[in-house]
Amino acid sequence: MTPTSLVAFLLATCFGSAALAGEITLSERRSGYEFMGTETRGIQDDDTANPAMLWVLDGEALWNRRLGSAQKSCADCHGDASTSMKGVAARYPAFEKALSRPIDLDERINICRTGQQKASPLPFESKDLLALSAYIGMQSRGMSIESKIDEHMRPFLQAGREMFNLRQGQLNLSCAQCHDDNWGEKLAGAPIPQGHPTGYPLYRLDWQAVGSLRRRLRNCLSGIRAISYEIGAPEYVELELYLMWRARGMKIETPAVRP
Amino acid sequence: MARTIINVPAKARRGDIIEIKSLIQHEMETGFRVDNVGQVLPRDIITDFICRYNGEEIFHAELFPAIAANPFFVFSTTATESGTITFEWSGDNGFSATASRDITVE
Repeated sequence: MTPTSLVAFLLATCFGSAALAGEITLSERRSGYEFMGTETRGIQDDDTANPAMLWVLDGEALWNRRLGSAQKSCADCHGDASTSMKGVAARYPAFEKALSRPIDLDERINICRTGQQKASPLPFESKDLLALSAYIGMQSRGMSIESKIDEHMRPFLQAGREMFNLRQGQLNLSCAQCHDDNWGEKLAGAPIPQGHPTGYPLYRLDWQAVGSLRRRLRNCLSGIRAISYEIGAPEYVELELYLMWRARGMKIETPAVRP
Repeated sequence: MARTIINVPAKARRGDIIEIKSLIQHEMETGFRVDNVGQVLPRDIITDFICRYNGEEIFHAELFPAIAANPFFVFSTTATESGTITFEWSGDNGFSATASRDITVE
């Protein structure tokens, strides 16, 4: 190899096609599942090995528990979750007229709790809320993600897209720089996935627990040394909306397992 | 009681080697971590797991702080006779959980 071609090769390797890849084409999209090792895939593939199923069982119990001053359970209104909740997680975040903004599934659960059950809302990232959203999310497993984007949703989708492309934090990185431009490369030995939220809430071996997409986004934000939004901030929903739109047509894996 | 997920084949032929999987919900707090004000979080782990096949011990594990949360055990045994396979976990702070599955051996 001549010195010139060596330099060209190195430049191509370091700053090559990946650096300006832009949005991932639909056919190139891959779930984070495909970036995992066979052992980790094995945990997700077997419901009796997947520890997230423990949360799903908790969620099922909560679904049927009467509580709040109304003494109503989720099941009293919605009946059998395997029919009534089928496909729900695949179309969230959804527009909530009363708030004039999109909400995620966790917020929907809490609106039901305060409005219908007359109970106190569950804190974000609390075990009960994760259990309920894992149970509801699982009813959509295998279904295609389809965000309904109408004139109400469009500005929020645009805000989410802008956030995804915003360079921030001390490392001055955007989401897109890793997940659009450099997916499949390595970050400290771990593969960089495309960042599709297909399996939330999910069990992360790193957390040793089930966690929400909000928690994952906060991990990424602290990873680039940016200031995270408050856990309940609507900014996460805007970003989730963009991510779900970006993952449209991909299959729900809830409750997934990730390293 | 802590939630458990057990996978035992409901039926087996005599002499078959069967795989048994057990998963239990437990935080397995190591005792080495501190909270946000520097207080040590006291150790809270499962210390023993025993599986019995018609009363006979076929698998016994001692657990230590380095074991991950929600301990998952997979092991195998030979299907000898119809009966009950029982699972028993015990640990710190009086933790105790049990589960059982019936198996038909033909």
